[in-house]
Amino acid sequence: MGVKLYIYIAVMAVVTYLIRVLPLVLFKKEIKSRFVKRFLYYVPYAALASMTFPAILYATDSVAAAACGFAVALVLAWKEKSMVTVAIVACAVVFIVERLI
Amino acid sequence: MEKIKQYRQGARDGIPIALGYFAVSFAFGMMAVTGGLSALEASLISLVNVTSAGQFAGLQIIFAGGTYLEMALTQFVINLRYALMSFSLSQKLDRSESFACRYLAAFGVTDEIFGITASKKDTPSVFYMYGAMSVAIPGWVLGTFFGGVSGAILPHAVLSALGLAIYGMFLAIIIPPAKHERDVAAVVAAAFFLSALLYYVPALSFISSGFAIIIVTVAISAGAAALCGDSGK
Repeated sequence: MGVKLYIYIAVMAVVTYLIRVLPLVLFKKEIKSRFVKRFLYYVPYAALASMTFPAILYATDSVAAAACGFAVALVLAWKEKSMVTVAIVACAVVFIVERLI
Repeated sequence: MEKIKQYRQGARDGIPIALGYFAVSFAFGMMAVTGGLSALEASLISLVNVTSAGQFAGLQIIFAGGTYLEMALTQFVINLRYALMSFSLSQKLDRSESFACRYLAAFGVTDEIFGITASKKDTPSVFYMYGAMSVAIPGWVLGTFFGGVSGAILPHAVLSALGLAIYGMFLAIIIPPAKHERDVAAVVAAAFFLSALLYYVPALSFISSGFAIIIVTVAISAGAAALCGDSGK
């Protein structure tokens, strides 16, 4: 991968830092636009959801096991279990289902 | 001294964050090494980015050999939420402190550090953020490193199962708010649907996964903002 990898990492780091630093040092007045506020509010949910599905189904060796893990993770997340709990139990479900099939 | 007190308080509040980071970045480190990076390269990504979703998407672009523009745009869209958090902090942080401190504090604007800083009852200090960062960021980087190193020695069955970890974490972030807010539930459902559409419809398969995330995020968020603009908070 070599140099190309470091360019990728630099691009990631610079873009991410600029996003974090510019509003903190430049914006002095409040954003008034309700549309922009709502848009920014929804961004993390839309981004994380689009990254999760359907990619989650292909994250392990077996689609069926991943689907089981996905279902269990949905239930646990709905019950508002912690991030670590949801992640670990979802992995455990995949491990068990992959042993059974 | 007030600065030291704030720093200590931040460091203490950063401990549970560091533990959570360790578990999640462990999965990131494994994923990176499985894809062909070294544990140190993965740790470097974690050290200079400190962002779970952004790094995860970035990894996919690196593995797919995407363009630098695609990388920049993906990071921009996925991490755009930090702009909102930084904006919020720009109004809240103690104005009597040196403005230059904010250039360093900005580096620590993550979902979790923002969360504890913004929800403080008294006026938050950049030194509180420094304290939280000094504990949480090492947790993030060390988790990545150990995940990367043990990824090479763990049996394949375990690695396969751990592939679900990062998604479990994402679901734990997006589902509870979706349960309480109907508009967020609609955003999540619509994003699942549109993302699946882009993935499965053959005519749309030329769209890379990085751009698919951008398209879905911008389209769904803008649509929801337009529809919920009047009723929103």
